Amino acid sequence: MLKRFQGTHPKVPPKETEIKSRPGVFSRLRRNLSGMVGLGLVIIFISIALLGALGATPYPPNEQYRADRLKAPSHVYWMGTDLYGRDVSSRIMTGAANSLRVALLSVALSGTLGTLLGILSGFVGGLLDTVIMRIMDIFFAFPALLLALVVVTVLGPGLNNAVIAISIVYTPIFARVARGPVLSVKAMEYITAARCLGLRESYILFRHILPNMLAPLIVQFSLALSWALLTEASLSFLGLGTRPPDSSWGVMLTESRGLAERAPWLMFYPGLAIVLGVLGFNLLGDGLRDVLDPRMRGRR
Amino acid sequence: MPRYLMQRLLAFVPTLLGISILVFISLRLIPGNAITATLGTEAGMLTPAQRAALERYYGLDRPHLEQYFNWIGEALRGNLGISVRHGKPVLEVIWDRFPLTFQLALMSVLIALLIGIPLGLLSAVYHNSIIDLCGRLFALIGLALPNFLVGTLIIYFLSVWFGVLPNAGDFTRFTDDPIKNLGQMIFPAFTLGFSFASSLMRMTRSAMLEVLGEDYVRTARSKGLRERMVIRRHALRNSLIPVVTLIGVEIGYLLGGTFIVEFLFSLPGIGRLTVNGIQQRDYALVQGVTMFIAFNFVLVNLMVDLIYAAVDPRISYKHHA
Repeated sequence: MLKRFQGTHPKVPPKETEIKSRPGVFSRLRRNLSGMVGLGLVIIFISIALLGALGATPYPPNEQYRADRLKAPSHVYWMGTDLYGRDVSSRIMTGAANSLRVALLSVALSGTLGTLLGILSGFVGGLLDTVIMRIMDIFFAFPALLLALVVVTVLGPGLNNAVIAISIVYTPIFARVARGPVLSVKAMEYITAARCLGLRESYILFRHILPNMLAPLIVQFSLALSWALLTEASLSFLGLGTRPPDSSWGVMLTESRGLAERAPWLMFYPGLAIVLGVLGFNLLGDGLRDVLDPRMRGRR
Repeated sequence: MPRYLMQRLLAFVPTLLGISILVFISLRLIPGNAITATLGTEAGMLTPAQRAALERYYGLDRPHLEQYFNWIGEALRGNLGISVRHGKPVLEVIWDRFPLTFQLALMSVLIALLIGIPLGLLSAVYHNSIIDLCGRLFALIGLALPNFLVGTLIIYFLSVWFGVLPNAGDFTRFTDDPIKNLGQMIFPAFTLGFSFASSLMRMTRSAMLEVLGEDYVRTARSKGLRERMVIRRHALRNSLIPVVTLIGVEIGYLLGGTFIVEFLFSLPGIGRLTVNGIQQRDYALVQGVTMFIAFNFVLVNLMVDLIYAAVDPRISYKHHA
């Protein structure tokens, strides 16, 4: 019987036992439409911001061409000019640089501090966990913009103080996002096994716990960038972020108030820039979540 | 349930104490004090004796810890100090402005509920259809549009197309003239409700999709129940829990002051009061308003926890007792 069975399948190739490695994050992101649209928008945004930061603008952003005040978009001024005769497209570019600088710095600061606090809280546990998380709860009791307003009141308005204000607002969010995975991974059997093997706590933390937290943190970074952009624009809109004559999309929108009827481009272009910037980071965040956490796919 | 309520109320106290300490320290870090805030540049002309007398009057000559305990003691008795700009007790100024913010919060949540929940529901039921695509696009755009941009666009279109200026003229209270009041409030409420409708839509859709894949929904369908009944009785109610959380958090935020929208539409609510207080360095006012906002926020979160039980019969607070 066995002989006959063997005889009927003499030429069946041996089963391939090689396990294919999982495609990388970028390869998986390439198959995600919203993620790719988001990435495209973010790349465009960063390129414009870089050009703005390097001064590669069509006109000097603060130069006032008084004879050309409130000119509509044309081949000379692509996005028109404002009340002082400044080129709107150049100011959009430097505004992108300022907004991106504030967003990146504040997310880097809050991300680092919040993640460290979250890890410490979740990993050490006990009284330290209670103290850290209660302090974070106190910060959570303030609406984000109010907290940012209070911080800016203490420090004074300006770009750097906006960075500190936004960082303080988002630190508790990162702390919570980081603490969750630490708590769940800490309870896994392989961590107990690692402890039984006598591995050092720091080794367990860096080798076993940190890699498991990266996925939610990467997603959170992308989403936090979009919130930071919005918060910076809101603070600047209220006159507490970037200060004139420096440009920021929020400042440009404030300056367009009362002029929108005569010069709608003053409101349209900065508004579009904010929407596309925020949309880019949101879509990228969503795409990364789909790729890194397949349970969430198609749920949003 | 009463025991759980007591536990939550007890946890409420340290949070409020922490908030009060944070607010107190923050405002003491600001350069200047109540004297410079009241007198402005004229404070520089005070003699040392006059300054000392004023410091004694405001209690600034006391140690910080004593100042804090005095402030918190008075606050517990309902005295949040006197606003130097309004010349009235802070609590009186807050109560004067709060009805507007409360009305704005309620109207915007109502608008968001009317748009967000049906859209989220339709999107989930007709998953991956053109309805779903439109719903998701609405949510994406709504989340990327900041309030101040939506408000600016509304003001622009109303003034250019209809010759209406929604941010002009004095504010009329609902009790004085309901029609005029609603006319003044509807656009700011829509501005706030628009972005909230987007997050509500996403949350409803996501929760519905999860629930629609559950075994009990499949069982309900296999029993031969009509789809409408399955959705209404089995799916929607269970998917409301995360939605209730979101609504609660949003109400907390909205009661905390809708800074930008009140600023944009020139509405005299809590948000504008805070921004003006900050700009005019009215410390007693900012301190009082911040405490009031944080108190509201924590209280609303507590209420949301308690509403859970009413929405989801599976949640029992006996476990916590």
